[in-house]
Amino acid sequence: MSSLYSHPVDLLRFNTCGSVDDGKSTLIGRLLYDSKSLMEDQIEALERSADITGGGQINLANLTDGLRAEREQGITIDVAYRYFATPHRKFIIADTPGHVQYTRNMVTGASSANLSIILIDARQGVIEQSRRHAIIASLLRIPHLVVAINKMDLVDWSEERFLEIKTQFEEFLPRLDIKDVKFIPVSALNGDNIVTASAHTPWYPGPTLLGHLETVHIASDSNLSNFRFPVQWVNRPNNPTDQTLHDFRGLSGQIAGGIVKIGQKVTVLPSGFSSTVKQIWTLDGPLEEAFSPQSVTLVLDHDLDISRGDVIVDAEDLPGASSDLHAKICWMNPRPLTTGKQYLLKHTTQTVKAAVTAIEHKINISTLEKENGITELAMNDIGEIRLKTAKPLIYDGYATNRLTGSFILIEEGTNVTVAAGMLLPPTEIARPEYRDFAI
Amino acid sequence: MRTSLRMGRCRGEIGFLNHLTMKSYHLDHLDYLETEAIHIMREVASEFERPAILFSGGKDSICLLRLAEKAFRPSDIPMPFLNVATGHEFPELLEFRDRRAKELGAKLIVRTVDEALEKGTAVQAAGQISRNQLQIPVLLGAIEEYRFDCCIGGARRDEEKARAKERFFSFRDSFGQWDPKNQRPEIWNLYNGRLNPGENMRVFPLSNWTEMDVWEYIKREKLEVPSIYFSHKRRCVRRGGQWVPDTELMPVKSNEEVKDLIVRVRTIGDIISTGCVESPASNCDDIIAEIAAARVTERGSRADDRVSEAAMEDRKKAGYF
Repeated sequence: MSSLYSHPVDLLRFNTCGSVDDGKSTLIGRLLYDSKSLMEDQIEALERSADITGGGQINLANLTDGLRAEREQGITIDVAYRYFATPHRKFIIADTPGHVQYTRNMVTGASSANLSIILIDARQGVIEQSRRHAIIASLLRIPHLVVAINKMDLVDWSEERFLEIKTQFEEFLPRLDIKDVKFIPVSALNGDNIVTASAHTPWYPGPTLLGHLETVHIASDSNLSNFRFPVQWVNRPNNPTDQTLHDFRGLSGQIAGGIVKIGQKVTVLPSGFSSTVKQIWTLDGPLEEAFSPQSVTLVLDHDLDISRGDVIVDAEDLPGASSDLHAKICWMNPRPLTTGKQYLLKHTTQTVKAAVTAIEHKINISTLEKENGITELAMNDIGEIRLKTAKPLIYDGYATNRLTGSFILIEEGTNVTVAAGMLLPPTEIARPEYRDFAI
Repeated sequence: MRTSLRMGRCRGEIGFLNHLTMKSYHLDHLDYLETEAIHIMREVASEFERPAILFSGGKDSICLLRLAEKAFRPSDIPMPFLNVATGHEFPELLEFRDRRAKELGAKLIVRTVDEALEKGTAVQAAGQISRNQLQIPVLLGAIEEYRFDCCIGGARRDEEKARAKERFFSFRDSFGQWDPKNQRPEIWNLYNGRLNPGENMRVFPLSNWTEMDVWEYIKREKLEVPSIYFSHKRRCVRRGGQWVPDTELMPVKSNEEVKDLIVRVRTIGDIISTGCVESPASNCDDIIAEIAAARVTERGSRADDRVSEAAMEDRKKAGYF
């Protein structure tokens, strides 16, 4: 490691949700500014623009609103990524806009996040948009949530107001799948409780926002229980001169769940062949064991016919398998989803044809209520659908594994990504035909 | 992710106790960025018919090559390297580029702005000295010539604001154009690489890396980089508020200030426009300290002691109106 850190650091990915008026861009600007993550030239550029347009005050929002169209309209039109580091951790921020029409951007920005920050204007309290963001974070199973109650300076740093908003928010928490929620009173504009503790909140005993981001426990966020290895690329050197390489047949991929060890009994799906792990090959030398999300190359005891799209799993812990799928999806295309239409479905490392057989209901993302009798899902709608695929998927429920439980739909012809899908738990477990048969 | 010993390097306060009793299965930041990039490289190898890796010999593309080795060894790297040369490169860079490609047993394709100017596929605007702009038609020409459907590049999102909105898989129409308002959503680690004929993909595995990450990775992997990244003596000319190398491509005018300086380059472009920073940094550790100092100039006296000439140079640049 570098001389900068006396100990190894890990990486926290978080996204910020909120509308322009919540001060989201100001919050990110404040985090970067107060954690000294800005270069001198960035700060001076900010100060210069402040003199001209900001009436002398630095407009921290200018840091994040990058594209010309955004500056002109004062909005964030797409997901923007920001990077900063402290001596404790490195951070990736996915900055997503909070407008009604941009649900798809939030889904994009939040899909790989460990943590989501929801901003609430202390004067307004919990509004429909706050609930919508919490519901999307819950649907995406983001492990940690921070509710930053902003503009506390405008409500005279009232503890009563803070608790009132906290209670409002907690009222609908039981309906969500979020285990870890933290409430923090802040003023992004003035920097209170962002990086340094505020003198205005003696009644608040908790950490600052950055303090929380630096210490929240994320080591157990990825699935380490169920070994899943979607084969990405068959690694066959076919070297005519080197005999050991000539016979090398490796299976390269990223571990999507669990831990794999040398000697472990595995099953290859969908064929059902059994084998054991002979070698875990990496450029840096062989490993005794490897875990999600490491990228490795496995060598099995038997030379089986395995190709991209096959999944290697723990022989004692089989995933689901079916071509009839039940999923929650977020629709991301201006042309609505209707039943009967065919799409390409990409799941782990394979792409198959899929037809939407039914739209069960639409989820009202402000109330979580189900709206039945729906014939189509429009852009930014979230709903539950049934799909039929041309070949069975080997999968887990999204709640168990974000990587083996997710998919995207692609429209043939235009090739655009039209939906993000989260699979419900499988009803059938993979039943390998040749379970005890090894070549 | 080197050996099992490296596992569990990343421990929080709670994890410290764990490490005495059990292993921690958690990646540190470089391991995380590495596995993300390897996954992307393998997706490219699987989903495209004729991919190429853009290799300039610069620090970012040096990392790309190591990631390609990690993704594909013990097999050969299943795609050629492509370099679009301006003809105004630092000689050290070209020597390094050719040698590295040879060491890795890869096919290196070089297309140059000079060839394109000769053929007329690129045209120099009147008064235009920098050739950065002229690389675009040359790249598009090479893509067409070799029918590449995907080019892997070393661009990073932390480089500038518009780049912060790029995807890993950046779709380009048949004119090679990027439309920021019409990007494909990228969700989880599911990348949509589908193209119609004539269309093209640019893929950026280092999207989530910062300049610091790149140098930390170069250090960790003991990667060789061209010597010009490290401190050396060079005759420089003061132009546009920065020191640029004195080269016969652009002779010194009588009113220009010339100095022999101890410098290094922070990013490598065209030799006539690449700014040199005064720096004593002679190895990776020095550079990492220099970047850290440049980021934390106001963090207090501890950091102030380490403020280097590179940080000073940044300030000068920012102060130039």
